[in-house]
Amino acid sequence: MTLEDIARVVGATSLCGEDKLAAIEVPKAYSCDLMSDVLAFCSPGAMLITGLTNIQIVRTAQMLDIPGVMFVRGKRPQEDTITLASDSGIPLIITQMSMFQVCGMLYAAGIKPCFDVRREN
Amino acid sequence: MSEPIHIEHDVAADDYQLAGAASNNVKETLKMLGLSSSICRRAAIITYEAEMNLVIHGGGGRIAANIDQESVEIMAVDRGPGIPNVELAIQEGFTTAGDRAREMGFGAGMGLPNIKRNADIFEIDTEVGAGTTVRTVIYFQHGQ
Ligand SMILES: Nc1ncnc2c1ncn2[C@@H]1O[C@H](COP(=O)(O)OP(=O)(O)OP(=O)(O)O)[C@@H](O)[C@H]1O
Ligand SMILES: [Mg+2]
Repeated sequence: MTLEDIARVVGATSLCGEDKLAAIEVPKAYSCDLMSDVLAFCSPGAMLITGLTNIQIVRTAQMLDIPGVMFVRGKRPQEDTITLASDSGIPLIITQMSMFQVCGMLYAAGIKPCFDVRREN
Repeated sequence: MSEPIHIEHDVAADDYQLAGAASNNVKETLKMLGLSSSICRRAAIITYEAEMNLVIHGGGGRIAANIDQESVEIMAVDRGPGIPNVELAIQEGFTTAGDRAREMGFGAGMGLPNIKRNADIFEIDTEVGAGTTVRTVIYFQHGQ
């Protein structure tokens, strides 16, 4: 799915980088509110879904070349956060849905986890 | 590259706004030098975790990177409070981060373990009341 498809599934709107959404393929996602956790477990190419909105979210995304970030629960980041993302070419989208709902819907739509630990039996 | 490259950045204490800028700079340089994405990623994680520790715990300090044919060395140096028990500090989950850092998404006690995991060499030199130096090396050929 592209970021544009993902945004459509969860009714997200763009905060910056709207022109890029259709061109970015996102196979996986990681959802987390801890930066070190993201740095440890977010695999290459995965998008980030988070409830935090401070500027370090974008720094973390920059560090890992995260292709896009979604903010949940309608929490809008401050302008400096959006500006840094825009300058770094990282699309930001925002949805009114909760983290739980977003993750459930995207998982059902085929977005994969960063590491899959389902038991076989 | 023929000549070794040296990068250095001052990092201010408690400046959550600017934190990460030095790391991004180091990362962009490594990318520009044409290093593999896996090396750049490991170096970026190390640098950013080390920079955040300077901001949150170290009272500010300095981030330095040395890049030559074989490796990238990343160092974080501060004259902050030091780490009383390194064994404990490098365990996953150990943190002394305060509310401010936690609000920003830090304080999982995962930074030093993340640094260690991504480095081929990982050394901490610290003295209570004098400061902390974290030194890491990533070798290009080991680490794909
Ligand atoms: N430069 C430093 N100066 C003083 N103490 C430090 C320094 N770096 C780390 N520490 C100590 O080691 C602990 C563990 O550091 P670590 O980076 O693993 O976790 P954290 O910074 O607390 O949380 P996280 O990195 O997950 O955001 C810190 O909470 C702090 O007590
Ligand atoms: Mg840390």
